[in-house]
Amino acid sequence: MIALGLEGSANKLGVGLILHPSKGDAAQILSNIRHTFVSPPGEGFLPKDTAKHHRSWIIRLVKQAMKEAGLRVEDVHCICYTKGPGMGAPLQSVAVAARMLALLWGKKLVGVNHCVGHIEMGREITGAQNPVVLYVSGGNTQVIAYASQRYRIFGEALDIAVGNCLDRFARTLRISNDPAPGYNIEQLAKQGRHLVDLPYAVKGMDCSFSGILASVDILAAKLEANHGGWMDETTNEVITREDLCFSLQETVYAMLVEITERAMAHVGSSQVLIVGGVGSNERLQEMMGIMARDRRGSVFATDERFCIDNGIMIAHAGLLAYETGSTTALEDSTCTQRFRTDEVFVRWRE
Amino acid sequence: MELTNPAPPQPTPLPPPFTHASPPPTLLTQGAEALLYRTHFLSPSHPCALKHRPAKPYRHPILDKRLTKHRILSEARTLVKCRREGVSVPGVLALDAEGSGNGSGGWMMMEWVEGRTVREVVVEKGKSGEGLEGLMGKIGRAVGRMHEVGVVHGDLTTSNMMLRPWSASVQNGTRVMNGDGDGEEARTVGEILEGEIVLIDFGLAVQSLQDEDKAVDLYVLERAFGSTHPEAEEGFQEVLRVYGESYKGAKVVLKRLEDVRMRGRKRSMLG
Repeated sequence: MIALGLEGSANKLGVGLILHPSKGDAAQILSNIRHTFVSPPGEGFLPKDTAKHHRSWIIRLVKQAMKEAGLRVEDVHCICYTKGPGMGAPLQSVAVAARMLALLWGKKLVGVNHCVGHIEMGREITGAQNPVVLYVSGGNTQVIAYASQRYRIFGEALDIAVGNCLDRFARTLRISNDPAPGYNIEQLAKQGRHLVDLPYAVKGMDCSFSGILASVDILAAKLEANHGGWMDETTNEVITREDLCFSLQETVYAMLVEITERAMAHVGSSQVLIVGGVGSNERLQEMMGIMARDRRGSVFATDERFCIDNGIMIAHAGLLAYETGSTTALEDSTCTQRFRTDEVFVRWRE
Repeated sequence: MELTNPAPPQPTPLPPPFTHASPPPTLLTQGAEALLYRTHFLSPSHPCALKHRPAKPYRHPILDKRLTKHRILSEARTLVKCRREGVSVPGVLALDAEGSGNGSGGWMMMEWVEGRTVREVVVEKGKSGEGLEGLMGKIGRAVGRMHEVGVVHGDLTTSNMMLRPWSASVQNGTRVMNGDGDGEEARTVGEILEGEIVLIDFGLAVQSLQDEDKAVDLYVLERAFGSTHPEAEEGFQEVLRVYGESYKGAKVVLKRLEDVRMRGRKRSMLG
C-alpha cells in the first residue's frame, strides 16, 4: 500500500510518499521532499507568514513528489496529514490541502499525531525494537516509552521546549536561521572552550528550560555591553559568544541525557532512539552514545532527512493506522494545536 | 542508523577506599545516577548500602563535579533531617562528596534496608490486584509524613520505595538490623504485603514547604504509576485519599495537584 503524507506543523513543509510492501518487509521511501520557511536573523517564524509559505508551496511539492516517485493518482491508497500538535495556522493550511486532495482524488484521509510520526519513522529507519524515545524539537521535548498500546510520556519540558530555548538564544545573538538556528549554535559551540555556570533544571523526569534561557540571555547582554567578551572572575578566562553557545549546549543536553537515562533505568530498556530536529545535533548524539555505552546499551538516531520534520513520517505513521482500519472522516479532519502523544491508541503494535 | 560506540563498556570501578574492602562489596543495581552496593560498615556483621555516584563521562567535568557534590550533600542532609523527624528512611553512615578529588565521583554509605521494592510487590500482585489497597494507603501515609516535615523527594517512583517486613524494622528505638534470620522468617510466615514503607533514593530531594513542590512530587509519582503499573492505575486514588488525611495541609496540596496536572505541555484542553 502507498500513502501520501503532508506535514506542516511548524516552518517545514514536507511531502512524502511511502510504500509498505506485504507484511514483514521494510517500508520503501518513494519520495521525501521538504521546503523550509526561513525567517531573517533575530526573528522567529510567525504563524501567519509560515501558513502563507505552506499554502504557496504545497501544490508544487505534491506534484514534484508524485513525479519523483513515478506514481499515478490511482496508486495512492490514502492521504495522511498532521492533525497536531503544532502551530494553528500552518496546520490548518496543510489540512485544507489534504482535504482538497482527498475529495479531488477520492481517497481516505488519515489524521496523524506529529510525535507518533517521528517515533514510528525512527523505529522503521533504525530498526530499534522497543527503545526509550527522546523526542526533541523546536516545539516538543519528551521522553517516551511504549506500554500497552500507548506511547507514554515519562518526562517532558515543563515550560518551553529545548529547541525553542536554542532557537531563541540564536535570536538573541542574531545568528542566521539558515538552515536552522540550532545548527548554527552547534557550529559556534564547537569553538567554545569555557563552561559558564548556568542553572541546571531537572525536576524528577521533567526539565525546565526557560530559566536557563533567561540566564544565558543575561550573559549575552553582558557580552554585548563588553564588546564581545568579558573576563570570568574565578577562572580569569575571556568568555566569548562561542563559550555561551558551548555552555548552553553542554547544560541542556546533559539534562536531556540524564532524564533519558533515568527513564531507561526505570523501564529496564537498553535502547535509546533520538528523534526530532534537535536529535540531529552531533554533540547530543555523542553524549547519548557515551551514556548508552556505560549502560551496555545502544543509541539509534536518524539523519536530517528523517529527524527534521518531514512528510514521509506522516505517511508512514498514517499508513500504519490505515492498515489497521483507522481513517479520519472528512467532517472529523480537523487539526489541533494540542494533541498529546499518549492520546493516540497504537493499534499496530503488540 | 545505529551509532557505533568507540570503546567497549568498562565496568565502573569502586571508589577508594572500597577497592580493598573484604569481603568486596556486591553490586545490587545500577540506577540512572548511581551504583548501589551491599557492603558492611566497620564490622562484616553490620550490613550497609553503598551508593556510588561515578563521574558521568558524557557530562562536562566541571558540570559533573558540581552536580555530584551538590547531590550527595543534599541527599545526606535530607536523610538526616527525615530521620530526625521520624520519617522512615535509611540512616546516613559516612560519605565523600568529592571522591577525594581524583575524579571517581562521590559516595555515601547508608543503613541497610531489608525487604523488596514496592515496584516488585505491585508487579507481582498486580495481576490479581487484591490486597493492594492497604499498600496504597501505606504509600500515601509515608509520602504524607515526608511532606509534613518539609521534604520533597523529587523522584517518587515505586522503585524508590521499599516494603520492609515488620520484624526487620526499627526495634526498641535502636537501629538493629536483622541481616538474615528474622527477615526470612517474616517473608515465609507473613503476608507479602505486610511491612513498613521506607522511602529511599533522595538524590533529587529538596527541602521545601511549598504546596507547589509537594504537588509536583505527587504528580511525578502519579505518572510513574501510570507508566509502570497501568493495570494498578485505579489504586493510585487510594494513595491520594490516605495522603489527603495524613497531615494538616495535605488537602491543599491535592487541590494544587489538579492544577499541576493541567499544566503539562500540550495537555488536552478537553475536560
